[in-house]
Amino acid sequence: MKKDLICISCPIGCRLTVEGENPEKISVSGNRCPRGEIYGREEALAPSRMVTATVAIESEKLARLPVKTDRPIGREHIPSLLNQLYALELVPPVYCGDIILDDFAESGVRILATRTIEA
Amino acid sequence: MKHTEFDAVVIGGGASGLSAAAEMSRGGASVAVVEREETLGGILNQCIHNGFGLHQYNEELTGPEYAERCIRDLDGLSVKVFTGMTVTLMETEEGTQLLYGFSRESGMVRFRCRAIVLAMGCRERNRGNLGTPGTRPSGIFTAGLAQRLVNIDGMVPGRECVIVGSGDIGLIMARRMTWIGARVRGVIEIQPYPAGITRNIVQCLRDFDIPLYLSHSITRIYGKDRISGVDVAPVRNAGGEASGAFHIPCDTLLLSVGLVPENEISRKAGVRLHPETGGPVVDARYMTSVTGIFACGNVLHVHDLVDYASEEARHCGQAVLDYLSGVSAGEQLRVGAGRNVKYVVPGRFALTGKNRFYLRSMITGTGARLCVRLGGIEVLRRKLPYVQPSEMISFDLAADEDAISSRFTTGGDETDLEVSLEIPEKEGA
Repeated sequence: MKKDLICISCPIGCRLTVEGENPEKISVSGNRCPRGEIYGREEALAPSRMVTATVAIESEKLARLPVKTDRPIGREHIPSLLNQLYALELVPPVYCGDIILDDFAESGVRILATRTIEA
Repeated sequence: MKHTEFDAVVIGGGASGLSAAAEMSRGGASVAVVEREETLGGILNQCIHNGFGLHQYNEELTGPEYAERCIRDLDGLSVKVFTGMTVTLMETEEGTQLLYGFSRESGMVRFRCRAIVLAMGCRERNRGNLGTPGTRPSGIFTAGLAQRLVNIDGMVPGRECVIVGSGDIGLIMARRMTWIGARVRGVIEIQPYPAGITRNIVQCLRDFDIPLYLSHSITRIYGKDRISGVDVAPVRNAGGEASGAFHIPCDTLLLSVGLVPENEISRKAGVRLHPETGGPVVDARYMTSVTGIFACGNVLHVHDLVDYASEEARHCGQAVLDYLSGVSAGEQLRVGAGRNVKYVVPGRFALTGKNRFYLRSMITGTGARLCVRLGGIEVLRRKLPYVQPSEMISFDLAADEDAISSRFTTGGDETDLEVSLEIPEKEGA
Protein backbone atom coordinates (compact mmCIF):
# COMPACT_ATOMS: atom_id res chain seq x y z
CA MET A 1 0.00 0.00 0.00
CA LYS A 2 1.19 3.49 -0.85
CA LYS A 3 0.43 6.64 1.10
CA ASP A 4 1.14 10.25 0.25
CA LEU A 5 1.83 12.42 3.29
CA ILE A 6 3.06 15.92 4.05
CA CYS A 7 5.77 15.91 6.68
CA ILE A 8 5.05 18.27 9.59
CA SER A 9 8.39 17.97 11.39
CA CYS A 10 9.39 21.42 10.13
CA PRO A 11 7.90 24.19 7.96
CA ILE A 12 9.37 22.91 4.70
CA GLY A 13 6.62 20.29 4.47
CA CYS A 14 8.27 17.60 2.34
CA ARG A 15 5.89 15.44 0.31
CA LEU A 16 6.47 11.91 1.52
CA THR A 17 5.60 8.64 -0.11
CA VAL A 18 5.31 5.76 2.33
CA GLU A 19 5.16 2.22 0.99
CA GLY A 20 4.63 -1.16 2.66
CA GLU A 21 2.70 -2.22 5.73
CA ASN A 22 5.10 -4.54 7.46
CA PRO A 23 6.84 -2.42 10.13
CA GLU A 24 10.21 -3.87 9.15
CA LYS A 25 9.83 -3.19 5.47
CA ILE A 26 8.35 0.29 5.36
CA SER A 27 10.03 2.66 2.94
CA VAL A 28 9.77 6.43 3.13
CA SER A 29 10.82 8.63 0.22
CA GLY A 30 10.62 12.33 -0.58
CA ASN A 31 12.06 13.41 2.79
CA ARG A 32 14.99 15.81 2.90
CA CYS A 33 16.06 14.85 6.41
CA PRO A 34 15.93 11.88 8.82
CA ARG A 35 13.05 13.39 10.77
CA GLY A 36 10.88 12.92 7.69
CA GLU A 37 11.51 9.18 7.75
CA ILE A 38 10.53 8.92 11.42
CA TYR A 39 7.39 10.94 10.84
CA GLY A 40 6.44 8.93 7.76
CA ARG A 41 6.81 5.60 9.58
CA GLU A 42 4.82 6.70 12.62
CA GLU A 43 2.11 8.25 10.53
CA ALA A 44 1.76 5.11 8.41
CA LEU A 45 1.84 2.62 11.27
CA ALA A 46 0.08 4.31 14.18
CA PRO A 47 -1.05 7.89 13.59
CA SER A 48 -1.63 9.63 16.91
CA ARG A 49 -2.73 13.10 17.90
CA MET A 50 -2.85 15.37 20.89
CA VAL A 51 -6.47 16.11 21.74
CA THR A 52 -7.59 19.37 23.30
CA ALA A 53 -11.23 19.98 24.15
CA THR A 54 -13.45 21.50 26.81
CA VAL A 55 -15.58 20.02 29.58
CA ALA A 56 -18.69 21.52 31.16
CA ILE A 57 -18.11 23.08 34.57
CA GLU A 58 -20.61 24.51 37.04
CA SER A 59 -19.04 27.87 37.62
CA GLU A 60 -20.33 31.40 37.55
CA LYS A 61 -17.10 32.58 35.98
CA LEU A 62 -16.76 30.16 33.07
CA ALA A 63 -18.94 27.68 31.21
CA ARG A 64 -16.16 25.38 29.99
CA LEU A 65 -12.93 24.03 31.39
CA PRO A 66 -10.22 23.46 28.76
CA VAL A 67 -8.51 20.04 28.90
CA LYS A 68 -5.86 18.10 27.00
CA THR A 69 -4.46 14.59 26.68
CA ASP A 70 -1.10 14.21 28.41
CA ARG A 71 0.33 12.59 25.27
CA PRO A 72 -0.81 11.86 21.72
CA ILE A 73 -3.45 9.14 21.41
CA GLY A 74 -4.32 6.89 18.48
CA ARG A 75 -6.55 8.68 16.01
CA GLU A 76 -9.14 5.91 16.15
CA HIS A 77 -9.77 6.59 19.87
CA ILE A 78 -10.56 10.29 19.47
CA PRO A 79 -14.35 10.09 18.89
CA SER A 80 -14.97 7.94 21.96
CA LEU A 81 -12.68 10.15 24.08
CA LEU A 82 -14.59 13.26 23.01
CA ASN A 83 -17.92 11.57 23.83
CA GLN A 84 -16.68 10.75 27.31
CA LEU A 85 -15.43 14.29 27.86
CA TYR A 86 -18.64 15.89 26.63
CA ALA A 87 -20.65 13.77 29.09
CA LEU A 88 -18.75 15.12 32.12
CA GLU A 89 -19.82 17.98 34.34
CA LEU A 90 -17.23 19.20 36.83
CA VAL A 91 -17.47 21.32 39.94
CA PRO A 92 -14.80 23.88 40.85
CA PRO A 93 -12.22 24.28 42.16
CA VAL A 94 -10.17 22.74 39.39
CA TYR A 95 -6.48 23.50 39.06
CA CYS A 96 -4.36 23.57 35.95
CA GLY A 97 -2.75 20.11 35.69
CA ASP A 98 -5.49 18.26 37.63
CA ILE A 99 -6.33 14.83 36.27
CA ILE A 100 -9.85 14.89 34.82
CA LEU A 101 -9.82 11.33 33.46
CA ASP A 102 -7.19 8.75 34.39
CA ASP A 103 -6.19 5.90 32.11
CA PHE A 104 -8.60 6.56 29.25
CA ALA A 105 -9.84 3.25 27.77
CA GLU A 106 -6.98 1.44 29.54
CA SER A 107 -4.47 3.21 27.31
CA GLY A 108 -2.63 4.88 30.16
CA VAL A 109 -3.51 8.29 28.71
CA ARG A 110 -4.58 10.94 31.18
CA ILE A 111 -6.79 13.94 30.52
CA LEU A 112 -5.54 17.06 32.30
CA ALA A 113 -7.18 20.40 33.08
CA THR A 114 -5.35 23.25 31.33
CA ARG A 115 -6.82 26.11 33.33
CA THR A 116 -7.47 26.91 36.97
CA ILE A 117 -11.06 27.69 37.90
CA GLU A 118 -11.40 28.68 41.54
CA ALA A 119 -14.49 27.85 43.55
CA MET B 1 -13.47 60.34 39.14
CA LYS B 2 -10.68 58.51 40.93
CA HIS B 3 -7.07 59.55 40.41
CA THR B 4 -4.12 57.27 40.65
CA GLU B 5 -0.41 57.37 39.75
CA PHE B 6 2.09 54.84 38.46
CA ASP B 7 5.45 54.94 36.74
CA ALA B 8 3.98 52.94 33.86
CA VAL B 9 0.53 51.73 32.82
CA VAL B 10 0.13 48.79 30.45
CA ILE B 11 -3.00 48.61 28.31
CA GLY B 12 -3.88 44.96 27.77
CA GLY B 13 -3.47 41.94 30.06
CA GLY B 14 -2.55 39.32 27.47
CA ALA B 15 0.83 37.68 26.95
CA SER B 16 2.58 40.88 25.84
CA GLY B 17 1.09 43.18 28.44
CA LEU B 18 1.86 40.78 31.28
CA SER B 19 5.42 40.14 30.11
CA ALA B 20 6.12 43.87 29.77
CA ALA B 21 4.56 44.55 33.18
CA ALA B 22 6.56 41.81 34.91
CA GLU B 23 9.79 43.09 33.36
CA MET B 24 9.16 46.66 34.46
CA SER B 25 8.08 45.65 37.95
CA ARG B 26 11.19 43.49 38.41
CA GLY B 27 13.17 46.55 37.43
CA GLY B 28 11.64 48.52 40.29
CA ALA B 29 8.95 50.54 38.50
CA SER B 30 5.43 50.88 39.88
CA VAL B 31 3.18 49.31 37.25
CA ALA B 32 -0.53 48.91 36.53
CA VAL B 33 -2.16 46.63 33.95
CA VAL B 34 -5.56 47.58 32.58
CA GLU B 35 -7.54 44.73 31.01
CA ARG B 36 -10.95 44.95 29.34
CA GLU B 37 -11.97 41.35 30.10
CA GLU B 38 -12.79 40.04 33.57
CA THR B 39 -9.75 37.75 33.53
CA LEU B 40 -6.13 38.17 32.49
CA GLY B 41 -4.58 36.15 29.70
CA GLY B 42 -6.14 37.71 26.65
CA ILE B 43 -6.87 35.64 23.57
CA LEU B 44 -4.70 32.79 24.90
CA ASN B 45 -7.64 31.75 27.09
CA GLN B 46 -9.73 30.77 24.09
CA CYS B 47 -6.87 29.09 22.22
CA ILE B 48 -7.24 25.74 23.95
CA HIS B 49 -5.12 23.89 21.37
CA ASN B 50 -1.46 23.17 22.07
CA GLY B 51 1.69 24.42 20.40
CA PHE B 52 2.44 27.44 22.58
CA GLY B 53 5.58 28.04 24.58
CA LEU B 54 8.13 25.92 22.72
CA HIS B 55 10.61 28.82 22.66
CA GLN B 56 9.78 30.39 26.02
CA TYR B 57 9.32 27.32 28.20
CA ASN B 58 10.78 24.48 26.09
CA GLU B 59 7.54 22.56 26.23
CA GLU B 60 4.34 22.46 24.30
CA LEU B 61 1.57 24.22 26.20
CA THR B 62 -2.03 25.08 25.43
CA GLY B 63 -3.09 28.73 25.31
CA PRO B 64 -4.67 28.76 28.80
CA GLU B 65 -1.57 27.06 30.25
CA TYR B 66 0.69 29.67 28.67
CA ALA B 67 -1.59 32.41 30.03
CA GLU B 68 -1.43 30.90 33.49
CA ARG B 69 2.38 30.93 33.38
CA CYS B 70 2.34 34.60 32.40
CA ILE B 71 -0.05 35.38 35.26
CA ARG B 72 2.02 33.35 37.73
CA ASP B 73 5.10 35.31 36.65
CA LEU B 74 3.51 38.30 38.41
CA ASP B 75 3.55 36.48 41.78
CA GLY B 76 5.72 38.34 44.24
CA LEU B 77 5.69 41.47 42.10
CA SER B 78 3.57 44.47 42.98
CA VAL B 79 1.80 44.90 39.65
CA LYS B 80 -1.64 46.42 40.18
CA VAL B 81 -4.23 44.79 37.94
CA PHE B 82 -7.49 46.43 36.85
CA THR B 83 -9.73 43.88 35.11
CA GLY B 84 -13.06 44.60 33.48
CA MET B 85 -11.72 48.05 32.69
CA THR B 86 -11.95 49.73 29.30
CA VAL B 87 -9.52 52.48 28.34
CA THR B 88 -11.18 55.27 26.39
CA LEU B 89 -8.57 57.97 26.04
CA MET B 90 -4.87 58.78 26.34
CA GLU B 91 -3.48 62.30 26.59
CA THR B 92 -0.06 63.80 27.04
CA GLU B 93 0.26 66.71 29.47
CA GLU B 94 3.60 68.40 30.01
CA GLY B 95 5.70 65.29 29.83
CA THR B 96 3.33 63.02 31.73
CA GLN B 97 0.72 60.69 30.33
CA LEU B 98 -2.92 60.69 31.28
CA LEU B 99 -5.05 57.67 30.68
CA TYR B 100 -8.78 57.32 31.34
CA GLY B 101 -10.51 54.02 32.00
CA PHE B 102 -13.79 52.86 33.48
CA SER B 103 -15.05 49.66 35.02
CA ARG B 104 -18.08 48.47 36.92
CA GLU B 105 -15.95 48.03 40.02
CA SER B 106 -13.94 51.25 40.01
CA GLY B 107 -16.06 53.63 37.96
CA MET B 108 -14.11 56.28 36.08
CA VAL B 109 -10.38 56.26 36.82
CA ARG B 110 -7.70 58.69 35.70
CA PHE B 111 -4.18 57.27 35.63
CA ARG B 112 -1.25 59.64 35.65
CA CYS B 113 2.00 58.01 34.60
CA ARG B 114 5.30 58.65 32.88
CA ALA B 115 5.06 55.80 30.39
CA ILE B 116 2.26 53.89 28.69
CA VAL B 117 2.78 50.51 27.09
CA LEU B 118 0.30 49.66 24.34
CA ALA B 119 -0.38 45.91 24.39
CA MET B 120 -3.95 45.70 23.14
CA GLY B 121 -3.37 42.95 20.59
CA CYS B 122 -5.17 42.77 17.30
CA ARG B 123 -8.62 42.17 15.91
CA GLU B 124 -9.99 40.12 13.08
CA ARG B 125 -10.93 41.35 9.66
CA ASN B 126 -14.65 40.73 9.17
CA ARG B 127 -17.26 40.49 6.45
CA GLY B 128 -17.27 44.25 6.00
CA ASN B 129 -13.60 44.08 5.05
CA LEU B 130 -14.30 41.45 2.37
CA GLY B 131 -17.18 43.15 0.61
CA THR B 132 -18.79 39.88 -0.47
CA PRO B 133 -22.19 40.49 -2.14
CA GLY B 134 -25.37 38.83 -0.93
CA THR B 135 -27.84 39.01 1.91
CA ARG B 136 -26.98 39.81 5.52
CA PRO B 137 -28.16 36.76 7.44
CA SER B 138 -27.04 35.54 10.86
CA GLY B 139 -24.55 32.69 11.07
CA ILE B 140 -21.50 34.61 9.84
CA PHE B 141 -18.69 34.75 12.40
CA THR B 142 -15.03 35.54 12.46
CA ALA B 143 -13.10 32.37 13.31
CA GLY B 144 -11.87 33.85 16.58
CA LEU B 145 -15.36 34.79 17.71
CA ALA B 146 -16.53 31.26 16.95
CA GLN B 147 -13.54 29.99 18.94
CA ARG B 148 -14.58 32.07 21.90
CA LEU B 149 -18.21 30.90 21.67
CA VAL B 150 -17.14 27.25 21.58
CA ASN B 151 -14.23 27.23 24.03
CA ILE B 152 -15.26 29.80 26.64
CA ASP B 153 -19.03 30.16 26.42
CA GLY B 154 -19.73 26.52 25.50
CA MET B 155 -21.99 27.28 22.54
CA VAL B 156 -22.22 25.54 19.18
CA PRO B 157 -22.20 28.19 16.43
CA GLY B 158 -23.61 25.89 13.72
CA ARG B 159 -23.81 22.45 12.14
CA GLU B 160 -22.82 22.85 8.48
CA CYS B 161 -19.87 25.10 8.13
CA VAL B 162 -17.82 26.80 5.41
CA ILE B 163 -14.56 28.55 6.29
CA VAL B 164 -13.16 31.46 4.29
CA GLY B 165 -9.39 31.84 4.50
CA SER B 166 -6.82 29.20 5.43
CA GLY B 167 -5.17 31.15 8.25
CA ASP B 168 -4.20 29.14 11.31
CA ILE B 169 -7.21 30.24 13.35
CA GLY B 170 -9.55 29.11 10.58
CA LEU B 171 -7.78 25.75 10.26
CA ILE B 172 -7.83 25.14 13.99
CA MET B 173 -11.52 25.98 14.05
CA ALA B 174 -12.11 23.46 11.24
CA ARG B 175 -10.85 20.75 13.59
CA ARG B 176 -12.64 22.16 16.61
CA MET B 177 -15.96 22.39 14.79
CA THR B 178 -15.54 18.80 13.61
CA TRP B 179 -14.75 17.69 17.16
CA ILE B 180 -17.94 19.30 18.51
CA GLY B 181 -20.00 17.45 15.93
CA ALA B 182 -20.35 19.97 13.12
CA ARG B 183 -19.48 19.28 9.51
CA VAL B 184 -16.96 21.50 7.77
CA ARG B 185 -17.76 21.44 4.06
CA GLY B 186 -14.70 23.25 2.83
CA VAL B 187 -12.04 25.88 3.34
CA ILE B 188 -11.87 28.57 0.64
CA GLU B 189 -8.48 30.25 0.09
CA ILE B 190 -8.05 33.05 -2.45
CA GLN B 191 -4.29 32.58 -2.77
CA PRO B 192 -2.73 29.64 -4.64
CA TYR B 193 -1.08 28.40 -1.42
CA PRO B 194 -2.38 27.90 2.14
CA ALA B 195 -2.03 30.83 4.54
CA GLY B 196 -1.59 28.60 7.60
CA ILE B 197 1.27 26.35 8.62
CA THR B 198 1.61 22.85 7.18
CA ARG B 199 1.00 21.13 10.48
CA ASN B 200 -2.45 22.69 10.67
CA ILE B 201 -3.25 21.80 7.05
CA VAL B 202 -2.40 18.19 7.87
CA GLN B 203 -3.89 17.83 11.34
CA CYS B 204 -6.93 20.08 10.96
CA LEU B 205 -8.02 19.45 7.35
CA ARG B 206 -6.49 16.26 5.96
CA ASP B 207 -7.31 14.27 9.09
CA PHE B 208 -10.99 14.95 8.49
CA ASP B 209 -10.97 14.96 4.67
CA ILE B 210 -12.02 18.60 4.63
CA PRO B 211 -11.55 19.99 1.10
CA LEU B 212 -9.24 22.99 0.68
CA TYR B 213 -10.07 25.10 -2.39
CA LEU B 214 -6.96 27.10 -3.27
CA SER B 215 -7.27 30.02 -5.71
CA HIS B 216 -10.99 30.20 -4.92
CA SER B 217 -13.15 32.84 -3.31
CA ILE B 218 -16.76 33.13 -2.20
CA THR B 219 -18.74 35.28 -4.59
CA ARG B 220 -22.17 35.41 -2.95
CA ILE B 221 -23.84 34.80 0.39
CA TYR B 222 -27.41 33.43 0.51
CA GLY B 223 -30.03 33.21 3.26
CA LYS B 224 -32.88 35.22 4.75
CA ASP B 225 -32.68 34.95 8.54
CA ARG B 226 -29.86 32.41 8.74
CA ILE B 227 -27.21 31.85 6.09
CA SER B 228 -28.24 29.03 3.73
CA GLY B 229 -25.22 28.77 1.45
CA VAL B 230 -22.41 30.41 -0.48
CA ASP B 231 -21.27 30.50 -4.08
CA VAL B 232 -17.62 29.63 -4.62
CA ALA B 233 -15.68 30.40 -7.78
CA PRO B 234 -12.10 29.89 -8.93
CA VAL B 235 -10.00 33.02 -9.14
CA ARG B 236 -8.91 33.75 -12.70
CA ASN B 237 -6.68 36.36 -14.21
CA ALA B 238 -8.45 39.37 -15.65
CA GLY B 239 -10.26 38.40 -18.84
CA GLY B 240 -10.17 34.70 -18.02
CA GLU B 241 -13.47 32.91 -17.84
CA ALA B 242 -14.62 32.11 -14.32
CA SER B 243 -15.99 28.66 -14.99
CA GLY B 244 -16.10 25.96 -12.37
CA ALA B 245 -18.19 27.95 -9.90
CA PHE B 246 -20.26 25.91 -7.45
CA HIS B 247 -22.62 26.32 -4.51
CA ILE B 248 -22.11 25.00 -0.97
CA PRO B 249 -25.15 24.85 1.32
CA CYS B 250 -24.26 25.79 4.92
CA ASP B 251 -25.74 27.31 8.07
CA THR B 252 -22.47 28.85 9.27
CA LEU B 253 -19.68 30.83 7.67
CA LEU B 254 -16.41 31.37 9.53
CA LEU B 255 -14.01 34.06 8.36
CA SER B 256 -10.29 33.68 8.90
CA VAL B 257 -9.10 36.47 6.68
CA GLY B 258 -6.40 38.25 8.60
CA LEU B 259 -5.67 40.22 11.74
CA VAL B 260 -5.19 43.94 12.17
CA PRO B 261 -3.47 45.60 15.16
CA GLU B 262 -6.03 47.28 17.41
CA ASN B 263 -4.99 50.94 17.40
CA GLU B 264 -8.17 52.98 17.85
CA ILE B 265 -7.03 54.69 21.03
CA SER B 266 -3.42 54.96 19.85
CA ARG B 267 -4.56 56.85 16.76
CA LYS B 268 -6.60 59.24 18.90
CA ALA B 269 -3.51 59.94 20.98
CA GLY B 270 -1.59 60.92 17.85
CA VAL B 271 0.52 57.77 17.54
CA ARG B 272 1.80 57.42 13.98
CA LEU B 273 0.94 54.08 12.34
CA HIS B 274 2.97 52.02 9.87
CA PRO B 275 1.28 51.34 6.51
CA GLU B 276 2.51 47.73 6.29
CA THR B 277 2.14 46.48 9.85
CA GLY B 278 -0.94 48.49 10.82
CA GLY B 279 0.78 49.02 14.18
CA PRO B 280 2.66 52.05 15.50
CA VAL B 281 5.99 53.09 14.04
CA VAL B 282 8.50 52.45 16.84
CA ASP B 283 12.15 53.25 17.37
CA ALA B 284 14.84 50.91 18.63
CA ARG B 285 13.42 51.09 22.16
CA TYR B 286 9.82 50.41 21.11
CA MET B 287 8.77 54.02 21.63
CA THR B 288 6.06 55.29 19.29
CA SER B 289 5.99 58.74 17.70
CA VAL B 290 4.54 60.06 20.99
CA THR B 291 7.22 60.45 23.67
CA GLY B 292 6.46 58.15 26.61
CA ILE B 293 4.08 55.83 24.71
CA PHE B 294 5.55 52.41 23.87
CA ALA B 295 4.12 49.41 22.02
CA CYS B 296 4.72 45.66 21.87
CA GLY B 297 3.04 42.42 20.87
CA ASN B 298 0.24 42.09 18.36
CA VAL B 299 -0.73 45.74 18.61
CA LEU B 300 2.69 46.54 17.14
CA HIS B 301 2.64 43.88 14.41
CA VAL B 302 0.83 40.56 14.20
CA HIS B 303 3.05 37.74 15.46
CA ASP B 304 2.55 34.09 14.60
CA LEU B 305 3.99 32.77 17.86
CA VAL B 306 3.09 34.09 21.30
CA ASP B 307 6.65 33.26 22.31
CA TYR B 308 7.94 36.06 20.08
CA ALA B 309 5.34 38.47 21.45
CA SER B 310 6.45 37.74 25.03
CA GLU B 311 10.11 38.15 24.11
CA GLU B 312 9.45 41.45 22.35
CA ALA B 313 7.41 42.66 25.33
CA ARG B 314 10.34 42.01 27.67
CA HIS B 315 12.64 44.08 25.45
CA CYS B 316 9.98 46.78 25.48
CA GLY B 317 9.74 46.60 29.29
CA GLN B 318 13.52 46.98 29.55
CA ALA B 319 13.41 49.98 27.23
CA VAL B 320 10.72 51.61 29.36
CA LEU B 321 12.90 51.12 32.45
CA ASP B 322 15.75 52.90 30.67
CA TYR B 323 13.39 55.68 29.68
CA LEU B 324 12.08 56.03 33.25
CA SER B 325 15.58 56.25 34.62
CA GLY B 326 16.50 58.93 32.10
CA VAL B 327 18.88 56.88 29.97
CA SER B 328 19.02 58.46 26.54
CA ALA B 329 18.23 56.36 23.50
CA GLY B 330 21.30 57.71 21.74
CA GLU B 331 21.81 57.87 18.03
CA GLN B 332 19.72 55.54 15.89
CA LEU B 333 19.77 54.44 12.26
CA ARG B 334 16.69 53.94 10.15
CA VAL B 335 15.88 50.36 9.22
CA GLY B 336 13.98 49.67 6.02
CA ALA B 337 12.45 46.68 4.25
CA GLY B 338 14.34 45.78 1.10
CA ARG B 339 13.73 43.16 -1.55
CA ASN B 340 11.17 40.43 -0.65
CA VAL B 341 10.63 41.82 2.85
CA LYS B 342 7.19 43.12 3.85
CA TYR B 343 8.34 44.96 6.95
CA VAL B 344 10.97 45.08 9.68
CA VAL B 345 10.18 45.89 13.33
CA PRO B 346 11.46 47.93 15.10
CA GLY B 347 12.16 50.55 12.49
CA ARG B 348 15.31 51.91 14.14
CA PHE B 349 18.73 50.53 15.06
CA ALA B 350 20.38 51.69 18.28
CA LEU B 351 24.10 52.29 18.12
CA THR B 352 24.61 50.61 21.47
CA GLY B 353 24.11 47.00 22.45
CA LYS B 354 22.29 44.20 20.70
CA ASN B 355 19.33 44.92 18.47
CA ARG B 356 16.74 42.24 17.74
CA PHE B 357 14.58 42.58 14.64
CA TYR B 358 11.45 40.81 13.45
CA LEU B 359 10.52 40.65 9.79
CA ARG B 360 8.06 39.08 7.45
CA SER B 361 8.96 37.53 4.12
CA MET B 362 7.00 38.14 0.93
CA ILE B 363 8.34 34.97 -0.69
CA THR B 364 8.15 31.23 -0.12
CA GLY B 365 11.08 28.92 -0.64
CA THR B 366 14.11 27.01 0.56
CA GLY B 367 17.68 28.27 0.79
CA ALA B 368 16.95 31.98 1.15
CA ARG B 369 19.60 34.41 2.37
CA LEU B 370 18.94 37.20 4.79
CA CYS B 371 21.07 40.23 3.92
CA VAL B 372 21.48 43.43 5.89
CA ARG B 373 23.18 46.32 4.13
CA LEU B 374 24.36 49.60 5.53
CA GLY B 375 24.75 52.21 2.83
CA GLY B 376 24.92 49.40 0.26
CA ILE B 377 27.61 47.43 2.10
CA GLU B 378 26.67 44.06 3.49
CA VAL B 379 26.99 43.92 7.28
CA LEU B 380 25.14 40.67 7.93
CA ARG B 381 24.34 37.64 5.84
CA ARG B 382 22.59 34.58 7.08
CA LYS B 383 21.24 31.42 5.45
CA LEU B 384 17.63 30.54 6.19
CA PRO B 385 16.58 26.97 5.48
CA TYR B 386 13.02 27.94 4.61
CA VAL B 387 10.99 31.15 4.39
CA GLN B 388 7.28 31.79 3.94
CA PRO B 389 5.06 34.82 4.62
CA SER B 390 3.27 33.20 7.57
CA GLU B 391 6.46 32.42 9.51
CA MET B 392 8.05 35.43 11.16
CA ILE B 393 11.85 35.70 10.96
CA SER B 394 13.98 37.24 13.69
CA PHE B 395 17.66 38.14 13.81
CA ASP B 396 20.11 39.98 16.04
CA LEU B 397 22.51 42.66 14.98
CA ALA B 398 25.01 44.08 17.44
CA ALA B 399 26.05 47.71 17.22
CA ASP B 400 29.71 46.77 17.68
CA GLU B 401 29.84 44.58 14.55
CA ASP B 402 33.02 45.63 12.78
CA ALA B 403 31.23 46.37 9.54
CA ILE B 404 28.91 48.80 11.31
CA SER B 405 31.38 50.58 13.56
CA SER B 406 33.96 50.95 10.78
CA ARG B 407 31.29 52.40 8.56
CA PHE B 408 30.86 55.14 11.10
CA THR B 409 34.47 55.89 11.68
CA THR B 410 34.89 56.28 7.92
CA GLY B 411 32.01 58.73 7.94
CA GLY B 412 29.69 57.23 5.33
CA ASP B 413 26.81 59.42 4.21
CA GLU B 414 24.13 56.83 4.00
CA THR B 415 22.94 55.74 7.37
CA ASP B 416 20.04 53.47 6.50
CA LEU B 417 20.08 49.76 7.18
CA GLU B 418 18.26 47.75 4.56
CA VAL B 419 17.05 44.21 5.21
CA SER B 420 16.35 41.96 2.24
CA LEU B 421 15.75 38.31 1.43
CA GLU B 422 17.38 36.75 -1.57
CA ILE B 423 16.87 33.36 -3.11
CA PRO B 424 19.86 32.32 -5.23
CA GLU B 425 19.03 31.30 -8.79
CA LYS B 426 19.06 27.54 -9.09
CA GLU B 427 21.60 26.19 -11.54
CA GLY B 428 20.05 25.04 -14.78
CA ALA B 429 16.68 26.44 -13.79
